Amino acid sequence: MSLDAKTVAKIARLARIGLSEDEVQSHQKEMQGIIGWVDQLNEVDVTDVPPMIGTGLAEPRLREDNVTDGNCRDKVLSNAPDREGPFYTVPKVVE
Amino acid sequence: MTSLFDYTLASARDALKARKVSSVELVNAHLDAIERLDGRLNSFITRTPEEARKAAQEADATLAKGEGGSLCGLPIGIKDLFATENVRTTAASKILGNFIPPYESTVTANLKRDGAISLGKLNLDEFAMGSTNLTSAFGGVENPWKRNDSDAKLVPGGSSGGSAAAVAAGLVLGATGTDTGGSIRQPAAFCGIAGVKPTYGRCSRFGTIAFASSLDQAGPMARNLQDCAILLESMAGFDAKDSTSVNKPVPHYEAALGRGVKGLRVGIPKEYRIDGLSPEIEKIWEQGITWLKDAGAEVVDISLPHTKYGLPAYYIAALAEASSNLARYDGVRFGERVKAESLDGLYEATRAAGFGDEVKRRILLGTYALSSGYYDAYYLRAQKVRTLLQRDFLKAYESVDVILTPTAPSSAFAWDEKPTDPVQVYLNDVFTVPASMAGVPALSVPAGLDGKGVPLGLQLIGRFFDEETLFAAGSVLEQAASFTHRPSIHAGVSA
Repeated sequence: MSLDAKTVAKIARLARIGLSEDEVQSHQKEMQGIIGWVDQLNEVDVTDVPPMIGTGLAEPRLREDNVTDGNCRDKVLSNAPDREGPFYTVPKVVE
Repeated sequence: MTSLFDYTLASARDALKARKVSSVELVNAHLDAIERLDGRLNSFITRTPEEARKAAQEADATLAKGEGGSLCGLPIGIKDLFATENVRTTAASKILGNFIPPYESTVTANLKRDGAISLGKLNLDEFAMGSTNLTSAFGGVENPWKRNDSDAKLVPGGSSGGSAAAVAAGLVLGATGTDTGGSIRQPAAFCGIAGVKPTYGRCSRFGTIAFASSLDQAGPMARNLQDCAILLESMAGFDAKDSTSVNKPVPHYEAALGRGVKGLRVGIPKEYRIDGLSPEIEKIWEQGITWLKDAGAEVVDISLPHTKYGLPAYYIAALAEASSNLARYDGVRFGERVKAESLDGLYEATRAAGFGDEVKRRILLGTYALSSGYYDAYYLRAQKVRTLLQRDFLKAYESVDVILTPTAPSSAFAWDEKPTDPVQVYLNDVFTVPASMAGVPALSVPAGLDGKGVPLGLQLIGRFFDEETLFAAGSVLEQAASFTHRPSIHAGVSA
């Protein structure tokens, strides 16, 4: 499958990674090479093969609906980029 | 008289219990060695000497009372992908350059519980993405080994390159690593040490910064398998905080080391004899087969027919998961923020400045594989191929107990020999990725040196949760190889 510069620019927007024109060009070349190599997966007959989602070794489990953590306000705030009193503040994310 | 740098983790443990050496002596000697050598090796991102010295004093007091856990007073290093409470944890990325976790990962908490003393946080490829340890935002790591005909800096492998280099150079007695597609085994092979990737679900992933969640698994790296066994027994175990943690008792791995391989059936997969495999790698593989045969194992030719597709399927599956896992580094809640006019601009500028090239490349590829119109062609197909890869192993284990292969297709290469084509770099993981995709355990042991004096490793791959057989067979290889070589840069060599 061919991966053109326009697609790379679109993917970069979806991934929210700012790329310069030059970077779009260089990534396009590399990604094209990698995807070309990945295309060998098309040789594999996957008819009726289920997708593997995780290794299936762990038992799904339920727990009591109890609070297991909490009372650690200062710890939570310790990595806040900004705070106002006991509140964690961030730039406006709802436009 | 043995030097403090002749101890293995196991012999240091015994000497501590017998009070032949103190934890303060051990820790101080290793901290001095780091001071002497790590300016050059760059295996540590963050050193914690004050905390370590204090912990050593406490360990000596505990040991004096005849108490203390299995690792009491032993200096180790922690890959900087494990969250450590109040100690900076960077994942070797600029975007987490100032992150100080308010919590401890389960694996490191287990090691602490048993008395291990961390000397600091070890370098790695950024977000564990790489096979060279050259993608770290904190600079590359130098492999302490040298070719006998040149002084060129060699790569330690990756992503756990700092862990491998620090163990090989004698800066720590053992270290934690993580392995997503070979990140414990390949650097272990490149640095002449042992490394174990346990069964997926054996060690908790809680507090380990995620790369590809369905593949990431923590494991030990040390100078021999006995040391790895001691570390793994501490690191492993059920954890309610990880939904993929498996609730199975942790065996006493050390006891499995002497089991031998009499009657064990060892599979040799023909698909691992890839085109262009170096004759030296082939030779060491043949040597490993002979060693196991001589010890009483039965060697059986097997087929793992989908091996060839392991690597491309891995790159799709792992990178899709990575693009999703790394979406959280957006500069809003934590991490280094770059301001911009709009919110999308803030995200884009933050992630452009915070991530290195390899991480960006992988996020872009993962985003592409998951994007509308390509999901079925890439991601879904890769997951189906993953099923086939797992079936290959399950089928093989109907007739064999363990599988022997080389760990990597080459020995450590020089920093400036790193291929510019990403696919060529990815091929480093060709022998390690299939076991990761299947979720089965695997380990690497040093088996010898190549013609230029650089270490080569052999890989053993086992059944789900049968790390004990891996330790038993690995120990036979270890004894036969009697690998006692040391790298040129080593704490025990006086300058």
